[in-house]
Amino acid sequence: MKKNKIQEILGFNILRLCTGFVLLFLIIIFWDIATKGIGSVNWEFLTAAPSKGMTEGGIFPAIVGTFLVTVITAVLAIPLGMACAIYLNEYAKDGTLIRLIRMSIRNLSGVPSIVYGLFGVVLFVQLIKIDTSILAAGLTLGLMTLPWTITASEEALKSVPKSYREGSLALGATKWQTIRTNVLPYSIPGMLTGTILGLARAAGETAPILFTGAAFFLPFLPKSLSDQFMALPYHLYIMSTQHHDIARVRPLAYGTALVLVSLVFCMNFIAIVLRYKLRKVRLE
Amino acid sequence: MSPVTAEPHPKNNRKFNKKMRLVMKEQDKGKKKGSLLKIKVEHFNFFYDTTRALKDIEMQIYANTVVGIIGPSGCGKSTFLRCFNRMNDIIRNVRYQGEIYIDDRNIFDKSVDVVDLRRNVGMVFQKSNPFPKSIFENVAYGLKINGVRDKDFITQKVEKSLKDAVIWDEVKDRLHKSAFALSGGQQQRLCIARALAIEPEVLLLDEPASALDPIATSKIEELIHELKKKYTIIIVTHNMQQAARVSDYTAFIMLGELIEYEETNKIFTNPSKKITEDYVTGRFG
Repeated sequence: MKKNKIQEILGFNILRLCTGFVLLFLIIIFWDIATKGIGSVNWEFLTAAPSKGMTEGGIFPAIVGTFLVTVITAVLAIPLGMACAIYLNEYAKDGTLIRLIRMSIRNLSGVPSIVYGLFGVVLFVQLIKIDTSILAAGLTLGLMTLPWTITASEEALKSVPKSYREGSLALGATKWQTIRTNVLPYSIPGMLTGTILGLARAAGETAPILFTGAAFFLPFLPKSLSDQFMALPYHLYIMSTQHHDIARVRPLAYGTALVLVSLVFCMNFIAIVLRYKLRKVRLE
Repeated sequence: MSPVTAEPHPKNNRKFNKKMRLVMKEQDKGKKKGSLLKIKVEHFNFFYDTTRALKDIEMQIYANTVVGIIGPSGCGKSTFLRCFNRMNDIIRNVRYQGEIYIDDRNIFDKSVDVVDLRRNVGMVFQKSNPFPKSIFENVAYGLKINGVRDKDFITQKVEKSLKDAVIWDEVKDRLHKSAFALSGGQQQRLCIARALAIEPEVLLLDEPASALDPIATSKIEELIHELKKKYTIIIVTHNMQQAARVSDYTAFIMLGELIEYEETNKIFTNPSKKITEDYVTGRFG
């Protein structure tokens, strides 16, 4: 065989091996959680509150808490992120300032989540005084998600062909008309996908909600957005490291992990389906 | 242009009527003189950053004529064309110098709204660029963004524009199907229909047939002949025969300079400059 053909096969297989290696870890993690957790997941586990010092019962308050916090995150991050992206990509004149802003946004997406948590405490809890609550935690997660949303939305806007914009402008459309009717419809699928992926990440975060509103244990559901709440990731953290009888609640911890991971998978799956559906609509 | 067909939005009626009166007055003037001056380019320079892409261009274009712009690749033909509707505005770091008058109004004047200008100066691009919408929606787009809400009016106007662009018979049974399903030539005629729908006075064509086969090309050329009755047309083309076939006047541009601008016949048979002759006879370019 010729040398370049051997190189081709060798290189190709090394790449394949790397991909397989990464996948393997994902499968091992999920398999471990699923096999150990599935035993404790049942209807009661999903619908009841924890009882008897969290050694029995379910995780319903944590599911509700995570859901509510994610909604707040979405309410903050989606409109604000999209608006920022539209401004940066469509309106802002590319200069030093804009480049600086863009660089800061990219850097913000790499800031550790615990830093966001502390920032959230200072800003929302101490300064604005909305107390440790669903609202404070949701807003903190929203801030953390924003750089992701903005970056993903900007990429989506960039992927709209220049000819759509030019064609529209040449017909006497204003810039905003062009964006609204000829850019946004084709970039929204990409924007939403990026945003949902960001939300899924936020839903699984522990550090930002640790100081801003997540509670160790609450026997009742939150009544308003200014109440504290239980959340799946924090509950998991408690069950696996802070509980007085860790060995006994281990199956419950695995069950919680399974629910959390499934939730994140579900959101990612929704993102994929949504993108596929919207893409089809736009080409019809 | 008759004032009856062009009355899309009552909101702007007064402005519109005023414009029409002006146009009609000038048409009267034109009749007396024989032909009406539509566009006047004076000492026009165009810069990308510090590069001078167009140099001191002087040109006069008469109403209802077709002006062909020819020249080697990169000579500034398209750049020049995109000045007439200020499409170059969307590029960063460009600068205009000099004037282009359309109907005696300098389009670079501060009082000119670029959106109004583009409504009045339609453009068809080199690569057909239908929007990912239905055929109907593509043509209706220009009307809708200009505030036309009357459904019957839109329907009529879409039909008329498609007929004017000689594509109606091919698409009338699938108006609500995607424009992407059309062939290249059909897409380009659709783009022309889209530009016609808002009734511009000037039509800019940027190599409209460069990606089309000979049959589709001849259809576009016939169309240009037809459109001349209503519009003033400027067409950029790479194809010398096409320029000879469709245009009344031809401008030869090289390295950003207008080398010669004459009646097409003269440019192709008896150009006054040697370099023009070399180019049109295919000795270079």
